[in-house]
Order: sequence, then C-alpha cells, then structure tokens
Amino acid sequence: MITLCYKVLFMSRQNQLETMQEISDIKRIMERSSRFISLSGLSGIAAGLCALAGAYFANNILNNYYSEYNHGTGYTDRNFDSLKIKLLVLAGVVLAAALILSFIFTWRRAKQNHLPIWDLTARKLMWNILIPLISGGLFILAMLQYSEWRFVAPACLIFYGLALVNGSKYTLTDIRYLGYLEIVLGLVNTQFTGYGLYFWAVGFGVLHIIYGVLMWWKYERAAVNGR
Amino acid sequence: MKNPINGLNKVFDNRVRLGVMSVLMVNEEVNFNDLKQMLEVTDGNLATHLVNLEDKGYIKVHKGFIGRKTNTTYAITKSGEKAFSDHIAALENMIKGVK
Repeated sequence: MITLCYKVLFMSRQNQLETMQEISDIKRIMERSSRFISLSGLSGIAAGLCALAGAYFANNILNNYYSEYNHGTGYTDRNFDSLKIKLLVLAGVVLAAALILSFIFTWRRAKQNHLPIWDLTARKLMWNILIPLISGGLFILAMLQYSEWRFVAPACLIFYGLALVNGSKYTLTDIRYLGYLEIVLGLVNTQFTGYGLYFWAVGFGVLHIIYGVLMWWKYERAAVNGR
Repeated sequence: MKNPINGLNKVFDNRVRLGVMSVLMVNEEVNFNDLKQMLEVTDGNLATHLVNLEDKGYIKVHKGFIGRKTNTTYAITKSGEKAFSDHIAALENMIKGVK
C-alpha cells in the first residue's frame, strides 16, 4: 500500500515536470516566433558612435561655411548648394556606416545563439521599422527641396522614434522607451530649431550609446561572462 | 473529482503539432518555410502534421503564388484557437492539481 502511494506520488511529480517543460516550450516558441531577439546592445553603441562622429564633421562643415559667409564672400548660391551636398553625402555615409556596423554586431549575436538572422521575425521587424523611416526620409528630402532646413533634425528624431515604437512589437520591448525619448527630443527641438545638430547628436549619438550599454548589460553580459 | 488529464487534447501530444499551434497563435499567417525554419523539422514531417491539423479543422491553408513559386500559408482557425487554449488551461490545471 505504501509503495503504491509512493509510486502514484512519484508519477505525478514526473508528470508535473513534463507538463511544466511543455508549457515552457510553448512559451519559448511563441516568443521566438513573434519577436526578433538577436538585436545586440553593441549595435546601439556602434550606431551612436557613428552619429557622434557624423555630428562632429557636420559641425566642422557648418563652421567653415559660416566663417566664409561672415568674413568672405557672403551668401552665394554656389556655397549654399555645396553645403547642402556635403551635408547630404555626410548623412548618407553616417547612415551606411551605422547600418553596417549594427548589422555586424546583431549578426554575430544571432550566430552565437544559433538563431537565424533572416527569418519571419526579422522581416516583420524590418518592415514595421521601414514604414515610418522611409516616409520620414522622403518627407525630409521634400523639406530640403524647398530649403526648409529648420525642421530636419526634429523630423529625423520624431520619425525615427515612431519607427522604433512601431518596431518594438517585433523585438525587445525595451526599444519602445528609446523611441519615446527620441520623439520627445524631436518635439522639444521644434522650439529650438537653431540647435538641431546638438539635439540630433544627443538623440542619435548619446541615447543610442546609453541604450546600447543598458541592453548589453541586461541581456548579453551574462553570455560573455559565462564563456 | 474531475480528472485533470481529461482536458488534454490528444492532437497536441505531438511536439511538432504543438509547435505549429504555438507559432500560429501569435502570428496571423505563416508560410511553410518559416514554420519549417522555426520548428527545425523536415519537409515531410511538417507536411504530415499540417495535414493532420487541417483535417481537425484547427488550421486553415491558403495556397498562393509569389511569381510562379507556390507560397502556402497557414493560419489558426477559431476552433483551433479554442482547442489550444483549452489544452493549455488543462496543462496549467495539472500543475496546480498536483501541488
């Protein structure tokens, strides 16, 4: 009789473990199939450093332009056009560098965790980030078309923030808070349009770096120490 | 006392079928290749289980094309959603019941 009781208890204990395992499997599959979890904090840091370097060069270009403007030829269409082109090229280079570097770190993390880099979740994340981002990019180009430069930095920040908030449904939810901050920063910037570059540097540089460090600390530190 | 095992659904005994349902619960529409990649199973294995789930009425199949390539997508049905939720509830009851 005692052995029978013991057996029943033992069986149910075994069952319980199996059941818990099953539930945790279900949760894991749901999580993994709906969110892209390989986004690396180092990607954020790299993108932030690119942005800071970009802001530094942009500042130099602007200083050169204004010193010529004040002490030399004054306003000429040629100088202004060349300024616009220089800044656009710089922006393109910074964007490309930031994208490539952040891709590398995220790719590395996916590989370390033996997860696919390009799967359903990556596609969903990409698509949802790209919608606000491309709309914003085209909108900004349209503003530049009419030499409306004052709201370029705020628009960059706001659209980027919206893109992050939109994408946060398909990746680490923490990214949503970065999105909120970018939006707020962009809106504040609309009242201080002369300081666009500084706001831009804070939003894309400093915030990215802080976010990247926090994310690395939260999700990846353990993996590095464990090795 | 009601036996907590009664609520368990035989269809979800299998890990692949359980996996398919888990994926489809949180994604509106998923195609064959994505399912295969996420569950790490072979074509034949996955196809068999998908037919099985379709026969039960738990998932619906939509055959489409991208260019000339077939693109078959799968989505969960209302009754599939209910069956799966019941199954999970039964699993949770089992844990509670033993404690």
